[in-house]
Amino acid sequence: MAARNIAMREAIRRALREEMHRDENVFVMGEEVAYWQGTHRVTRGFLEEFGERRVRDTPISEMAIGGAAVGAAMAGLRPVAEFMTINFAFLALDAIANHAAKVRYFFDGMFKVPLVYRAASGWGNQATASHSHAPEPIFAHFPGIYVGCPSNSLDAYGMLKASIRDDNPVLFTESIALYPKPSPMPEDLEEDYLIPIGKGDIKREGGDVTLVAYARGVDWALGAARQLARDGVEAEVVDLRWLRPLDMELVYKSFKKTNRCVIVEESLPMYSFGGEVAANLQENMFDYMDAPIKRVAAEDVPLPYSKDIELLALPNAQKVVDVVKEIL
Amino acid sequence: MVYFPTYMDAHAAVIKEGKAMGSPSKEMLLDWYRQMVLIREFEETCHQLYEEKRITGVYLHLYSGHEASGVGSMAALRKTDHVITAYRDHGIALILGMDPKAVMAEMMGKKTGSSGGKGGSMHLASKDHNFWGGYAIVGGHLPLAAGIALEARYRGKDDVTMTYVGDGATNNGYFHESLNMSAIWDLPVIWIIENNGYGMGTEVERASGQIELHRKAEAYGIKSFGRVDAQNALDVYAVASKAVEYARTKGPAVIEHVTYRYRGHGVSDKQYDARDDMSAELREWMDTREPIKILRDCIESKYGDVGDVLAQHRDDAKRIVAESVAFAEASEMPSSYEDLLRNTYVGSELVYKTEASVGAGID
Ligand SMILES: Cc1ncc(C[n+]2csc(CCOP(=O)(O)OP(=O)(O)O)c2C)c(N)n1
Ligand SMILES: [Mg+2]
Repeated sequence: MAARNIAMREAIRRALREEMHRDENVFVMGEEVAYWQGTHRVTRGFLEEFGERRVRDTPISEMAIGGAAVGAAMAGLRPVAEFMTINFAFLALDAIANHAAKVRYFFDGMFKVPLVYRAASGWGNQATASHSHAPEPIFAHFPGIYVGCPSNSLDAYGMLKASIRDDNPVLFTESIALYPKPSPMPEDLEEDYLIPIGKGDIKREGGDVTLVAYARGVDWALGAARQLARDGVEAEVVDLRWLRPLDMELVYKSFKKTNRCVIVEESLPMYSFGGEVAANLQENMFDYMDAPIKRVAAEDVPLPYSKDIELLALPNAQKVVDVVKEIL
Repeated sequence: MVYFPTYMDAHAAVIKEGKAMGSPSKEMLLDWYRQMVLIREFEETCHQLYEEKRITGVYLHLYSGHEASGVGSMAALRKTDHVITAYRDHGIALILGMDPKAVMAEMMGKKTGSSGGKGGSMHLASKDHNFWGGYAIVGGHLPLAAGIALEARYRGKDDVTMTYVGDGATNNGYFHESLNMSAIWDLPVIWIIENNGYGMGTEVERASGQIELHRKAEAYGIKSFGRVDAQNALDVYAVASKAVEYARTKGPAVIEHVTYRYRGHGVSDKQYDARDDMSAELREWMDTREPIKILRDCIESKYGDVGDVLAQHRDDAKRIVAESVAFAEASEMPSSYEDLLRNTYVGSELVYKTEASVGAGID
């Protein structure tokens, strides 16, 4: 099947645009999404194509963006609400955790909340401490909302479509570092190409060690796998894609083969993705474990502005290689 | 669409009333000129350095065009008063007298920077100058301002907290909660809304139901000192003086400064500069409302030819900024794990050891 390299930003735009054509109830709101064409250019051209009714600039009012999306979804629309960056979603954490994720539950199924929050995530480029978060695990803490975090263009396309069509709320994060990154998309991709919510993916096969990651962590894991292959070590890279639900079965399958695991993530190490995956592994795969489960995450520190120490804090492929070598 | 506040005339009364009050001396006016040309030189140099990749990163929000807003209002303060602002903070830092060398070094992320290279452009601060810092989350600094002012009330001091906030930030919950709290506790805060017409790419008219932003004060029972032409430092000073006096003894005050950003939202937002209507609008502001020229005209109409002094200030600004660049570039970058981790906590303990930090011998 012929494929073309497409930047993740373009794949997301395409998915969103097609869903807006498919369903009149899907609309976009957020800061600078309309007239400024989207801070990250995802909604470029949308205002012209869909008009102000469906492409709505908001004031700098995250609390209201987060909460209005819940209300609109309860009332029957399908909002795709954008947080310019996930750092600002902290201002809407109450709307997300207490209302998006819970109204269905506390009214015992009376309402559904078919919304998607889109948020650009990640750190690097000296964005400084308050603009340098990859806090997906915080949002994945709460039952009642799904969290999706794609690592390439095709996944982003299929995952966003599945998120928009699902009747549950989804927080969908888009790694800023991956926006410009091209990856192959089949040319005859169907508009109904959906990646089921909660389904992970093997991004590289290998029998010696399992690297578990999501979003940008997948890049580091794949980079490490290439390096390790030069030393004759074959790493299997499991991209979980969704932080909630978490496809542990896929990890178990790989782990039964490799008996070793390193978890890679962009975010902070405490109360993290790595902690969650490791806990599940030791509870359920104890008999298959040949080495301690290891984790590579960011340093446990807010991010500084200055370039060199910022890079020190970030995970990278080399750090993954070093940790893998400790457990071989 | 050209954004210029036609409604300014309606508030001329406020400005006149103010004028009678504060009449700055010749020395003050010359010093304002010095501050304004220093800021302009500093900011335009930052812009140039960013183009040349000698300043890096993604955030650099310049104060060019805003000079009279900061200079005129802070002239109404005394040394023990407090100042806090958002990320557009370079001008505020320089007005307060922070060393341009330390500020420039911060832009470059150097150890000698005012925040040791940890904060960068958006996080300048100086305890010695009662400058409580620049903050990057829109509206996030506003409740901090209320807390800083609370300390003064709590301990019976009459120091005020001058707080700068953007037009866009007035639509954020932080703004409303903070104003209300300052009202019920009579906190000595001067909330200065720097209305430069836009929050990023969104015009005030598209973001705020109430477009006379100072009138948001009414909702909380706070005294508004109205809307001021903030390209005119004298008008700014006159109104700020009254507001400061009011805040010292009574409670919070709101002033709306109408101004304009000359360099768009920030350096990484090029699409803004590219729009034709925007560059026409910018030209109009620069041609008709240039704050440095307005001040110069005012000084010369009052005191005749002071060209030599002004030229001296311009030369000094060039020299000072050039020296700050040389200093910053010669300074060392923080580079060790120790540099990275320092000041996470008082006592600076590394709480959680990752594989990498253990590997690097940090334990
Ligand atoms: C809570 C939050 N939301 C969004 C942003 C992104 N952002 C940074 S500055 C800005 C515009 C602020 O405009 P305004 O308050 O008018 O200040 P100005 O930049 O014009 O000085 C936005 C939306 C942010 N930093 N914080
Ligand atoms: Mg503004």
